[in-house]
Amino acid sequence: MSQNNVNDIQDHARLFHQDEYQELFQAKKEFEGGHSPEEVAKIADWTKGWEYREKNFAREALTVNPAKACQPLGAILAAVGFEATLPFVHGSQGCVSYFRSHFTRHFKEPFSAVSSSMTEDAAVFGGQLNMIEGLATSYNLYKPKMIAVCTTCMAEVIGDDLQAFITNAKAANSVPLTFPVPYAHTPSFVGSHITGYDNMIKGILSNLTAGKKQETTNGKINFIPGFETYIGNLREIKRYADLMDVNYTLLADNSEYLDSPNTGEYQMYPGGTKLEDAADSINAEATIAFQSYATTKTREYIETEWNQKTYVSRPVGIRGTDEFLMKLSALTGKPIPKELEDERGRAVDALTDSQAWLHGKRIALYGDPDLVIGLVQFLLEVGAEPIHIVVSNSNANFEGELRALLDSSPFGQNATIWGGKDLWHLRSLLFTEPVYLLIGNSYGKYLWRDTKTPLVRIGYPIFDRHHLHRYSTYGYQGAINLLNWIVNTLLDELDRNTIIPSKTDISYDLIR
Amino acid sequence: MTPPESATLTPPTATTPVNDIPETKAFIKEVIEAYPDKAKKKREKHLNVFEEGKSDCGVKSNVKSVPGSMTTRGCAYAGSKGVVWGPIKDMIHISHGPVGCGYYSWSGRRNYYIGTTGIDSFGTMDFTSDFQERDIVFGGDKKLLKLITELDELFPLNRGVSIQSECPIGLIGDDIEAVAKKAAKEIGKTVVPVRCEGFRGVSQSLGHHIANDAVRDWVFPQFDKNKKEGNIPDSTAYDVAIIGDYNIGGDAWSSRILIEEIGLRVVAQWSGDGTLNEMINTPSVKLNLVHCYRSMNYISRHMEEAYGIPWLEYNFFGPTQIAASLREIASKFDETIQAKAEEVIAKYQAQTDAVLAKFKSRLEGKTVALMVGGLRPRHVVPAFHDLGMKLIGTGYEFGHNDDYKRTTHYIENGTLIYDDVSAYEFEAFVKELKPDLIASGIKEKYVFQKMALPFRQMHSWDYSGPYHGYDGFAIFARDMDLALNSPTWSLVGTPWKTAEV
Repeated sequence: MSQNNVNDIQDHARLFHQDEYQELFQAKKEFEGGHSPEEVAKIADWTKGWEYREKNFAREALTVNPAKACQPLGAILAAVGFEATLPFVHGSQGCVSYFRSHFTRHFKEPFSAVSSSMTEDAAVFGGQLNMIEGLATSYNLYKPKMIAVCTTCMAEVIGDDLQAFITNAKAANSVPLTFPVPYAHTPSFVGSHITGYDNMIKGILSNLTAGKKQETTNGKINFIPGFETYIGNLREIKRYADLMDVNYTLLADNSEYLDSPNTGEYQMYPGGTKLEDAADSINAEATIAFQSYATTKTREYIETEWNQKTYVSRPVGIRGTDEFLMKLSALTGKPIPKELEDERGRAVDALTDSQAWLHGKRIALYGDPDLVIGLVQFLLEVGAEPIHIVVSNSNANFEGELRALLDSSPFGQNATIWGGKDLWHLRSLLFTEPVYLLIGNSYGKYLWRDTKTPLVRIGYPIFDRHHLHRYSTYGYQGAINLLNWIVNTLLDELDRNTIIPSKTDISYDLIR
Repeated sequence: MTPPESATLTPPTATTPVNDIPETKAFIKEVIEAYPDKAKKKREKHLNVFEEGKSDCGVKSNVKSVPGSMTTRGCAYAGSKGVVWGPIKDMIHISHGPVGCGYYSWSGRRNYYIGTTGIDSFGTMDFTSDFQERDIVFGGDKKLLKLITELDELFPLNRGVSIQSECPIGLIGDDIEAVAKKAAKEIGKTVVPVRCEGFRGVSQSLGHHIANDAVRDWVFPQFDKNKKEGNIPDSTAYDVAIIGDYNIGGDAWSSRILIEEIGLRVVAQWSGDGTLNEMINTPSVKLNLVHCYRSMNYISRHMEEAYGIPWLEYNFFGPTQIAASLREIASKFDETIQAKAEEVIAKYQAQTDAVLAKFKSRLEGKTVALMVGGLRPRHVVPAFHDLGMKLIGTGYEFGHNDDYKRTTHYIENGTLIYDDVSAYEFEAFVKELKPDLIASGIKEKYVFQKMALPFRQMHSWDYSGPYHGYDGFAIFARDMDLALNSPTWSLVGTPWKTAEV
């Protein structure tokens, strides 16, 4: 009997390994109409070679396992970073269900967002009535201080005009006239989730800062995270700014929203950037964005409309963090405190301790453009060699910047950049030109299984490991975290490869 | 044949209502006061208290969600690609349109399968046409045709292709049916166009229906053709199909094992761990066994009308229902099968007794509020009852009127019923009724855990499972225990703060 020990009940992870289920799987094949094991093995083998790789890279219409999502996902991540803000996605309702599930699975936190639930009638007549009713309902039920509206591809294809709809909804008393309802058009067939983030931040800032420009600056520095899914990074940025006594506004600060304490009471809108602080961001000294390609339009808007200087600084690795701190110091005149100098020294110490295991190690990675640049910065710093770099949501500017970074280091010489490619392309790369390590999100586990390349989970989403998003990848402590994940994955793999008694275990060392 | 459901069930015996009926009704009124008038009028029809002897739960269902209400519902695409078609393992299911829908539904449901992914099985992969602006402007038909030839070259062991339409496809007027016909000729395989654009209908439910219709129109003709040509595999008097089990955490396997043990031959399993070949051959069975009525009743009715195959809704949650269902299934066959069914029920008695002996005392009397998709709001109730737990509220994300009728057989007098409950309502109901356990989905999970309330996901079994069958029931019991009796809940509340009070 299958559950023959009530004190050790076997779930799917062991239940189906039992003989009776193995027999069931075998017997079921009679009806499946499957291919012979030989045929499967033959094709599996073929997919590992150069011929397959060339066919795979020749495809023009098909995308398999892309490393990118669509715009509204980024838009609503931006929105929940503001005080008591409810994201409202105008279009068909299934999208919001997907977005909420996706974020919830990654952060293991509640994620609130509403939809205007458009159906066939709205497809024909437009979604204005849905907007009028939807804003009224969500305003009354969820009592937000701001509702941030973005679109799905449905609303975009039928050409719904958010500006007009929101104006008309306000005229129809859905929400008070002065209630902030910023918006962004976020078609899913343009760009990716990072584009959506950019569009929504721009929409929110332009709404909140309208008419708020003062004669003098408020002496603050604005920070814009970008599509950031490491709670620890936002906390680290705030800690650095506090240590340096810098007066700052962290825009779209979703670190409390996505990591709220369990107090026994559910709060719908924990934390977030205060709306008045966001409104005053127009009067800041300067804006620093931690991602470039998730803030392109926003920075352009800040430069031209606010007449404010903007900078991109990725505080990843030692040099990236150095640059950020020096930039902050230069902009504010505040010195970098001894405490951070010590932290830097400790991180450098850790890197030198581990460098022997990393030097010349061939590594593949994939993810969003800014994440990838940060990781490459770090890898080059420790003497590891990025080999395959896959970015599904790439663009020419990014590829130029990444190429320049790679060219700046002897360790970047063998790297190949695969813009617009997907994880099925990466599979071919890993089979034909193997590497020691793969860095990417949870979807990389399929590549790990197929190609046996050890996986370090960094990026979004991470569904199958707990709590990684709570750490930082930024700053000196972030450098130690990256180092820890990477070097210890390599050491785990070394142990796994030297574990067979009297065969490979001569190198099964205690001291590494 | 309609499913003779009431015959298989023991009606609840409670005479004292689980909730005070007038009080709960008054509370519903209070809760919906927060809505603007128009929305309030709509929502009040979806909330009620079940009163014994009534023929349904007294709520309206399967109508459009109130815009802005934070519904948990998905869309037709989710119903078709995410539920019905996606788990067919040897076909490639194209998420046709922009990148998002395919990405979010990629490996989101744990439809287990045996196969070599990327070679002869494709269940945990995301194939998309990744629409760009030019595809919206000029249409995506050419790209789709090219894409299908490309995937057939790269994945030659696929048995067929389905085209799962995302919102823009219907709006820009692409002719995916024409492409499907052309592509089928080019690659010499089944290509199924599915018009499951997300804006169709009011929830994922219409997607199930559309997906069923696509099976009828694009898969079964192959059976008819085979039959005409005398190409039907040998059949026996004991051939059945498992329909509407998505094999979440292996549910279909822990079900199949029992159906085979009573002497029946399962020649097809839909759609979890299923193959195109199994689907094609289904119209040759003697009886269709339907677990998820909501998602697969359409195709079962069609097979009844077109091929004269009777069907039966069964329920493999909890030993009471498993035994009743096994007997009901066996009653459609001869005495040999009926005797074997008794043997199987008896065989698993010891296992069930051990499970109940260990867990019942730890769970007895605990109250549960349920809110899931399309069959579980009623089907899992008896499993909770087997453990001595009490259900005080239930509701469907996307149930229809017939689901609420069926629900009356499973629930007790005074049960709170909520159809397409909004996040706001659910939170209010839970605060008022104070259940010991909430059993719902991922979007609800952390809301209630922040309230220090034990929670189990009943879409995905919270990454555990299977929950079906006798083997599954043991896991179900273990999981309810680990949720309810975890010491972590007692850590919530800072001790020095509590001490102050």
